[in-house]
Amino acid sequence: MKVFAFHLMPYGALDMSYAEEYSSVWLKLPNSYFDPKVGHELYNRYLDELELCASLGFDGVSVNEHHQNAYGLMPSPVVTAAALARKTAHCKIAILGNAFALREHPLTLAEEHAMIDNITGGRLITGMVRGVGCEYFSMGVNPAFSLERHIEAHDLVVRAWTETGPFAFEGKHYHFEYVNMWPRPYQDPHPPIWCPSQGSTETIEWAAHPDRKYTYLQAYSAFDSVLRYLNLYRSVAEVKYGYTASSSQIAWSVPVYCAETDEKAVEEVRPHIESLFNTFLPKISQSMFVPPGYMTATSMKKIFAHKAALRGGQKVDDLIARGVIVVGSPDTVRKILIERHRQAGFEHVLIMPQFGTLPADLTEKNLRLLGADVVPALQALDENNYAGFEPAVAAE
Amino acid sequence: MFHLMPYAGLDMKERDRHKSAWVTLPNSLYDPEVGHELYNRYLDELELAAELGFDGVAINEHHQNAYGLMPSPVVMASSLARRTEGCKLAILGNAFALREHPLTLAEEHAMIDCITGGRLITGFVRGIGAEFYSMAANPTLSHERHMEAHDLVIRAWTEKGPFAFEGKHYHFEYVNMWPRPYQEPHPPIWCPSLGSTETIEWAAHPDRRYVYAQNYSAFTNVCKFLDQYREVAATQYGYNASSEQIAWTAPVYVAETDEQAVAEATEHMETLFNKFLYLPFEKLFPPGYLSMHSYKRVAAHKKNVLGGAKMETLMETGVVIVGSPETVRRRIAECHEVLGFGTFVSLLQFGTLPADKTERNIRLFAEEVLPAIQPLSDREYRGFEPATAAAE
Amino acid sequence: MADCKESKIDIRGTGVHLRRGGSGEPMLFLHGASGVAGWIPTFQALSEYHDLMVPDHPTYGLSDEPDWLDNMDDLAMFYLDFLDRMDLDGVHLVGNSLGGWLAMEIAVRNCTRLKSLTLVGAAGIRIAGKPIADIFMMDPDDLVREIFVDQSFADNILNMEMTEELMDVQIRNRVATARLGWQPRLFNPNLRKWLHRITVPTHVIWGDADKIVDPAYAAEFGRIIVGSEVTMIEKAGHLPHVEKPETFVAAVSGFIKAKAA
Repeated sequence: MKVFAFHLMPYGALDMSYAEEYSSVWLKLPNSYFDPKVGHELYNRYLDELELCASLGFDGVSVNEHHQNAYGLMPSPVVTAAALARKTAHCKIAILGNAFALREHPLTLAEEHAMIDNITGGRLITGMVRGVGCEYFSMGVNPAFSLERHIEAHDLVVRAWTETGPFAFEGKHYHFEYVNMWPRPYQDPHPPIWCPSQGSTETIEWAAHPDRKYTYLQAYSAFDSVLRYLNLYRSVAEVKYGYTASSSQIAWSVPVYCAETDEKAVEEVRPHIESLFNTFLPKISQSMFVPPGYMTATSMKKIFAHKAALRGGQKVDDLIARGVIVVGSPDTVRKILIERHRQAGFEHVLIMPQFGTLPADLTEKNLRLLGADVVPALQALDENNYAGFEPAVAAE
Repeated sequence: MFHLMPYAGLDMKERDRHKSAWVTLPNSLYDPEVGHELYNRYLDELELAAELGFDGVAINEHHQNAYGLMPSPVVMASSLARRTEGCKLAILGNAFALREHPLTLAEEHAMIDCITGGRLITGFVRGIGAEFYSMAANPTLSHERHMEAHDLVIRAWTEKGPFAFEGKHYHFEYVNMWPRPYQEPHPPIWCPSLGSTETIEWAAHPDRRYVYAQNYSAFTNVCKFLDQYREVAATQYGYNASSEQIAWTAPVYVAETDEQAVAEATEHMETLFNKFLYLPFEKLFPPGYLSMHSYKRVAAHKKNVLGGAKMETLMETGVVIVGSPETVRRRIAECHEVLGFGTFVSLLQFGTLPADKTERNIRLFAEEVLPAIQPLSDREYRGFEPATAAAE
Repeated sequence: MADCKESKIDIRGTGVHLRRGGSGEPMLFLHGASGVAGWIPTFQALSEYHDLMVPDHPTYGLSDEPDWLDNMDDLAMFYLDFLDRMDLDGVHLVGNSLGGWLAMEIAVRNCTRLKSLTLVGAAGIRIAGKPIADIFMMDPDDLVREIFVDQSFADNILNMEMTEELMDVQIRNRVATARLGWQPRLFNPNLRKWLHRITVPTHVIWGDADKIVDPAYAAEFGRIIVGSEVTMIEKAGHLPHVEKPETFVAAVSGFIKAKAA
C-alpha cells in the first residue's frame, strides 16, 4: 500500500468568536479575520510538515484547492505543489484536486501541472475535481454547467497533454484555435489522474470507465459509506464495464491522530478534530454548498442522507465509532487501518495528520509516531491482505 | 537576476522549418527529459544568484513557445519561495487580463507573498501579441481588460471582503480573498514594457507610482522611455519620480576579457534574438493590441523590428552588455549616471548559453560587478533635466 | 460611373456612411471583414433592379465608432434599428463573409421586414475540423492573395497607392473584425440552434475555390436552413461578387425572381 500525507492548510488561528456573527467560515467570512503574519507562519509550518512526511518515508504528499475560506488556505495548490517540488526528492506530489472547469481557460492549469511534472521528473499526480459548491459563488461560475464543463475541460486537458500541437479544440464550452502546450508533461502519456469525491455516482461511473480507469479517492466519511462507495467503484467496473478494477484504482483519505496511548490520543485530539467538523468543514445544509445544478437530484438526495450525520455538533467519540477518523496509540491506529484495508482493499491511503486547530507540536508528534510505527506496516500490505470484493455484498 | 528559461535544447534545423518559435511551433520538438534537466538547471541558476547576493531573482510568463518555458511564473516563484532567503522574488510579469478570472492569479500572488513573508514583486503585463492567439483572448479588449483587472486585483488585495465587483469585463458577487497578501497594502507593482506611452503614463500616475521596467532595447530607446517616465511625472503629474520607480533589463555576459566575452556569447546571444525572440508582425501585433497611433508607428518600422540581429550591432546599440568585469562595471555605471535607474535587472542566461558559461557569468557578475553597482545611488546620477528629455 | 449617392445618415445617434443607388425593391448589402471597396460593378448591376443600400458597419470604413458596439449581438440589434428607422419593408438582405454571419444574426431575430436572404461565403458557424482561415494570423498580403482565384484582383489591391486615410480605414476594419470575431474565431456557437427561425427564401452563394470559408460550409448552410438553395460559382474565391460580377448578379436576380418575387 502507498501512504500519502494530505494537508488542507486550515487557518487554525481563526478567532472563534466569528461564530457570533457568521454561520460559516466559507465565502462570506470577511478576510479581515485572516492575519497575513499568522498566515506566513502557518504556510511555512504546514509546508515543513509535508516535507517532514516526505523525509519520514511517506510515499507522497498531497494538497488541494479551496477558495475564500478558512477551511483550507490553498486557492492554488499549484503554489504549494511547486513549493514542494524542489524541497522533496522522491515522493509523489498529489494535487487532489484542482478544479479545471472553474476556469474559463483550463489550459492555464494544464500548463502549470505540466511544468511541475517536468520539474519533479514525473512525480506529479493530478486530481480533477469540480470544486465544492461554494466555489461557484466565489468564482462566479455557473454551477448548472459544472458537470459538462468538467468533462469537456478534462478532454481538452488530456488532448493538450497527449496530442502534438498545434490543434484546434472545438468544444461547447471551450474553443481554442491553437492548442500547443509548451512544456508537455514529463510522464508519458500524462500524470496519473485521480478523482477525489464525496461519493457521487456520476464521478464513480466516469472515473471507472475503461477508457480512463482513474483512481477514485473517497473523501473522509463514516466508514460504512466509504466501503459502500469504494465497492460501488469495483462493482461498476465489474458489472457495467466488465473488467475487474485494480486496487490501485482505489484510494481513501482519512484524518488520523496518534499519541502514546489511546486515552491520550483521544484527549489531545478532541478540541481540534471537533473544530474541523464543527467549524471548518462545509455544512452541506447550507445552500451555498449545493448551488442549483451542481449535482443531479439523485446524487443530491443520496449525499444529504449520508452527510446528515456530519453536520455540526460532532463529538470525537462518535467520529471514532463511525470510523470517520482514526485515533489512538500507534498500535491501535495500525490495527484499524490494516483492518480497513482488509475490508476495502484500497492501494492508496491519504492520511490527514493535521486538521482544524491541531497545533505544530501535536502534529509533529503525530507524524513521527505514524512515520515510525504505522506507515511501514501499511506499506507492507498488498492484495494478499485484502479480503477481496464480492459484488453481491456491494450491491446490498 | 532575470531568467527567461528558454528551451535551449531546441533542434534549430527543425526550428528553421517554421517562421517563429511561438504559438504554432509543434510541441513535439519539446523533449520532457531535456526540459526536466533545463528547468532544474535554470532554477539552480536563480538560487545560485540569490545565494551570491543578488537583491532579487525574476521570472516571467509566455505561452506556447520555445523562447521562455514559463506559461506560469507562479510555479517558478513558488518553487523558489522556500529555496531562497532574503532576496526578492519578482514575477515580471503575469498577464492578469489574459484570464477570465484575474483573481486566480491574485490569490496565487497573495499565497507566495505570505509564504515568503513579503518578498514578492508583482509585475502587471498585458502579455505580448502572440499570447492572444494561444490564450484565445481578444486583443481588442486587452487594454481595457488590463486596467479593469488591475482595479479588481488591487481592490481584492486591499479591501475587506466580501464585496461585489461590478465591472464591464469582470463581474463577481463575492470577492473575499483568503489569504490576503503579506505586504501592506500589497506587493510592489512593476510595469515591464517595451516602451508604450500608455503604460508609462499609467504607471507614473500619482495614484500608482509603479516601477516602470524597460525591457531590453537599444540604449537610445531605454533613455527615451525612462526619461519619458520622469518627464511625465514632472510635467503631467507635477511630482519628481524617485529613481526607485525606474528599472532597466539587459542581457549581460561577463568573461575574463572583452574578447573572450564576445567570442563566448555571440552564438548564444544571436540565437536569443534570431531564433527564439523573432515573431512575424501579425503574431506580435494582433488587431487592436496597440492603439491606432502606436500601431502605425510600429508598422512604419515593420521591416527592422526583429530578426537578423548581429552581436556587433547589439553591443553598439547597447541592447546587450558584454565584456570583461571592468567593461561591464563601467558600462552599467555610465548608464546609471545618465539614467539613474534604481534597479538593474540582468539577464545572465540567454538563448542557448550552456550551464558552465552561465554559472561563470553569474559568479563573475556577482563577485566583480555587483559590489560595484549595488552602492550606486542618486549621488552618482547626473540628475534629470526635463528639457533634454523633451527636446529629443 | 458611381450611380450612387453617398451620405452619412443617423441611426439613433450613430452616423453610418451609406451608399445608395437604383430603384426597385430594397436590397441591403452587408459587407465583410475588409469593408467596402466602393461602388463596384456588381453593385451598379444590382441597382438596375433594386434600391441598393451598402452601408459601412459602425466602426468600419467611414462610419462612426460608437462605444456601444461590443459584439455581434449588438451589431445585429443595430441593423434591426436601421431597418425600423429607414422604414424598409420587403428587404432583400445580402451578406458576404462576416456580413453573411451578421445577416443571419439579424434574420434569426426578426424576419418581418425581410423578403429574402442571400449568404455569400458566410462565416458564423463552425464545422468541426474545418476552421475558417485565421485571417488574423495570416500575413495581410498573403491573405489578399488567398481571397482571389484570379490573382489580377490581388495585384490591383496590393499595388494600390496607400494613403493615410486608406490605411486608417484598413486598421480600423481589422480591429473591428477582431472585436466581433476573435473568440471564438468568426462564429457564434449558438447560431446554429436558431437558424430554423429564418423563414424567408434563402440563397447560399459560394465561390467553388473559397480558401477562407471552405465550400463545405455552403453545403452545411444548404442543409440546415430549410428550403434554401445553393449556388456554386466556378473559379471564384471568397468574394465571388467581385471576381464574377455577371454570374453573381444573374444568380441573385434569378433566385429572387423565382423564389421571392
